[in-house]
Formats: sequence, C-alpha cells, structure tokens
Amino acid sequence: MTADRTLLRTAFRRGVIAALPFVLVVGPFGLLFGVVATDTGLTVFEALAFSIAALAGAAQFAALQLAQDGAPLLIVVLTAAAVNLRMAMYSASLAPHLGPAKLWQRAVVSYCLVDQSYLVAVTEYERAPESPLAEKLAFFFGSALPLCPLWFGSTWVGAMFGKSIPRDYALDFAVPVAFLAMIAPVLRTGAQYAAAVVSVGVTLALWWMPYSSGLLVAGLTAMVTGTAVETIMERKA
Amino acid sequence: MPPIIADKAQFWIMALSLGALTFLLRFSFLGMIGNRVLPPLLLKLLRYTPMAVIPGLVAPAVLWPAATGGETDPARLAAALATVGAGILTRNALAAIAAGVITLFGLPLLIG
Repeated sequence: MTADRTLLRTAFRRGVIAALPFVLVVGPFGLLFGVVATDTGLTVFEALAFSIAALAGAAQFAALQLAQDGAPLLIVVLTAAAVNLRMAMYSASLAPHLGPAKLWQRAVVSYCLVDQSYLVAVTEYERAPESPLAEKLAFFFGSALPLCPLWFGSTWVGAMFGKSIPRDYALDFAVPVAFLAMIAPVLRTGAQYAAAVVSVGVTLALWWMPYSSGLLVAGLTAMVTGTAVETIMERKA
Repeated sequence: MPPIIADKAQFWIMALSLGALTFLLRFSFLGMIGNRVLPPLLLKLLRYTPMAVIPGLVAPAVLWPAATGGETDPARLAAALATVGAGILTRNALAAIAAGVITLFGLPLLIG
C-alpha cells in the first residue's frame, strides 16, 4: 500500500513538473484576458466567473471579440464553442487511457482538459501506455494543478489591474494579437496554412452576412480544406 | 459596452452556456462507457478547428478595426503581420506577442 502511494506521488509530481513550462504561457494569457475582459465592460467578478465556467482561453477571447463586433448571444456562444471543438478530439484520444476510471474522476479530468494538460498527458501515455490507471490519473491531475488554478488567479489579477488602465488605449487590439500569437507558432504543415488562409479569405468575403455568421461558414470550409490538403499530400507521399 | 456585456442576463447565459457546451465537448468521449473510436476523418477535421476558426475571427478586426471606425490602420495591420511572422519564426507565443505590441506602439512613433 505504501509502495503504491509512493508510485502515485511520483506520478503526480512528474505531472506537475511536465506542466511547469506551460505556466509561462497560461499566466500571461490569463492576465491579458482579465485586462481585456474589464476593458470590454465585465466586472472583476464576472471575468473570474467566466474563466471558472469555461476554463478555455481561446474561446473566452473569441466570445469577447464577437461581443465587441456586436454579434447576438447565439452566434457568440456557437462560434466560441466551435473554437473548442478540438476538445472532443482530446477527449477521444484520452478515452482509451482514462476510460476505465470512475465517472466522477472522468468528469473532473474533463473539466481540467485544456490544450496544455492534454499535450502533457498524451505524451506521457504514449511513452508508457501500460502504466496502471491510478498512475495515469495521478499524472493528469499533477499536470492540471499548476495550470487550471493559475488561469483563475491570473484572470483575477489581470481584471484587478485592468480596472486601473484607461479605456481605449489600443487595447481593442490585444485580442487579435493574442490570438495570432497562439496560432502562428503551431502552423507547420501546408494543410494547416491552407486552412488558415481559407479561414481568413472566406470570413472576409462573407463579412456582409448578418451577425458575424459568415465566420461559422468560413470555419467549416477551412476545416474541410485542411483535411483535404492533408489527404492529398498523404497520397502523394 | 457591447450589448451582451451590458445586459447582465445575456452575459450570464453566454458564460454559463459556453461553459456547459465546452464541458460537454471535453466529456464527450471520456464520459462514454467503453472505448469507442472516432472515425479517422472526423478526427482529422476536428484537428483543424483552431486554424480554421481563429484566423477568420481576427481578420476583420485586423483589417477594419472598430476603434478607427472600420478604416484600415497601418499600425494595427503591421502589428498583426509582425505577430504572425515572429510566431512562425520563433515558434514562441510570447515572442510573437512582444513583436506585435512593439510594432503596434513603436510604428506610430517612428513614422509620426
């Protein structure tokens, strides 16, 4: 029993350590979200509640941007949720490893499933697929520990700080810069570039459509484009 | 203030329903009993969501910023290009933000 405990503690600690480098990404984005949220008109409490409810940086920024564009409630929610569609893919990819866990454990894992904790966990599970379930869970919760509370904390600090920044200090542009900084470093393959270019082109071409709804069409077209280019490239290779 | 933020009821519906939808997406496969496998085609499609949605989301704000009344602003456009360029070259999100912010505030100083 004590030996088990030691193994679990080791797995948990390795999870924490693996996630630490991402603290440098999550912290500043959380601060920025807090600042932008108060600049958009949210109270400190609302900004923090939004971060706790969604725990999804990109989708939260997307919601603020669309609100600024004047999009109605339904479009804001749908588009911001579309930004999170990749979470279903993360869920599917972790299911073979964590599927046998208790329902409440899987629910907690799901809540803490963000880009960084997913990346850290899937790397670990692919390295050691035969580890016992308890160790896999311990590793996952270890990796979530430095990241998820940090998102709440940095949102709160950013929102407190944001209250004291004068409005309209070119802060409108913080969201586009944050988004582009999130997406540009992960553009690697031709298919990814193609998806990004189609996304921009179709959105601009359909900007006349009401309530920013052209963006949803553009997103779908770009996903199909990326997949098509990838398939063609695979056939050629 | 955008209407959705000003109207508190709308804001809370937005925040809570986005939270619920996001949780459902995360719980989708982990919540199911047994190991169901996603069709490979669907997996491929889902993998492209970030680059399919985010560039389109920011493109109008880059080209036609609301702050300038929708008129293209050289500083904002240059800042966006600098962010993307630095992000691709360094593969580092923070370096990309730094490049964007320096261009956004530095360019107007340079060209007055």
